[in-house]
Amino acid sequence: MTNMEKYRNAFVKGLELPLEEVKSGLTYQGIENWDSVGHMGLIAELEEAFDIMFETEDIIDFSSFEKGIEILKKYDIAVEG
Amino acid sequence: MEKRKELFGQSPYGLSSQEKREYYRQIMQELTRKHDRGCAPYHNLLRNIGFDPAISHEVEEYPFLPVRLFKEYELLSVPREDIIKTMTSSGTTGQRVSKIFLDKETAVNQSAALVRIAMDMLGGKRFPMMIIDSKSVIKDRKMFSARGAGILGFAMLGRDTVYALDENMNLDLEGVEAFLQRHQGENILLFGFTFMIWEHFYKILRDSGKKLDLSQAVLLHGGGFKKLAQEAVDNETYKEKLNEVCGIQRVCNYYGMVEQTGSIFMECECGRLHASNYSDIILRNPRDFSVCREGETGLIQLLSVLPDSYPGHSILSEDLGELIGEDDCPCGRKGKTFRILGRIQNAEVRGCSDTYEKR
Repeated sequence: MTNMEKYRNAFVKGLELPLEEVKSGLTYQGIENWDSVGHMGLIAELEEAFDIMFETEDIIDFSSFEKGIEILKKYDIAVEG
Repeated sequence: MEKRKELFGQSPYGLSSQEKREYYRQIMQELTRKHDRGCAPYHNLLRNIGFDPAISHEVEEYPFLPVRLFKEYELLSVPREDIIKTMTSSGTTGQRVSKIFLDKETAVNQSAALVRIAMDMLGGKRFPMMIIDSKSVIKDRKMFSARGAGILGFAMLGRDTVYALDENMNLDLEGVEAFLQRHQGENILLFGFTFMIWEHFYKILRDSGKKLDLSQAVLLHGGGFKKLAQEAVDNETYKEKLNEVCGIQRVCNYYGMVEQTGSIFMECECGRLHASNYSDIILRNPRDFSVCREGETGLIQLLSVLPDSYPGHSILSEDLGELIGEDDCPCGRKGKTFRILGRIQNAEVRGCSDTYEKR
């Protein structure tokens, strides 16, 4: 699985979204499923998929699909494609 | 809201009283104007008392809404379709609940403020977290009780988060022990509501004679001691008794209201409640609402920079408090420090932990 596939998968499982809805433009609190409950589910899925642990500050900053990719770079994970 | 953005860039307890006054003069005016434009009942109220939000005022001069108004009216300052969450207070039968309407910006700012405040007290690391409540509290995702909002806000600070109580509010001792086993030797974060912890955690442990080792844990709790007053349990007793059953050293209370979720007042290592950059308090004489003189006990007015979608930036609680100092706490954090002395007599009975009624 590519990192992008893993990344999108985490959204599918964490936010309980169909794969085709996981794409650029998604924002925190922008859709019903990505509320604070969904957010912590997403964080947990990403941490498991990439075997990392986010810092608290990054959890607050994780405000969109794109922003998440940027944050993951800090953890040496390149999500491309 | 440029001024408020600037505030978010600062450490949450870094402003001196003078700097804070400058910020609040501007932010209170911006918020009052915003709610004046967006919320018709609020606009009428300002007009009736002859308050002109176009003119700059001192912080103390801005009007405050009694918290009970949020029960009697649905107050919102943005179009209804922008509301993504509704939070409620006291859900007990026969009582009206406060309804607080959140748009995206307010919800995002609330969680950011809460996490920044708590991180200042705990450090930036995320700890294994145990929530002393039942997961069923957050089942409905569009309507939250004060309890649910608290749980979700603080959950951002944790990892491997578990809930200590099942849906019938019974302590899952096996689950708790397994969690502690997994995280032996680590610092652990516990979170819950003051009364819930007492009733469903402390008492169960006390009666079972079971000793848990939580000497490495920090407990954050809020919601108030009102329900514990009958058992003569105050903050000090609470800490002592919890220490007896689980060896916990650090128990940290916070004060906050569902009307101003996010900008909570946390107890520091020195045992004082602190106002952060995101909020402030003003004590008022309960008879004429004038600002209290130094050393006087008064009703607590709460200011918060967070409410965008409802006019809750300046509210009057039914709690009595006493100022301890300003910018002078030995812990090094700036801002006002205070303690809560209870509730004003004859006030309608309510508090965060009233969202739960003992069966």
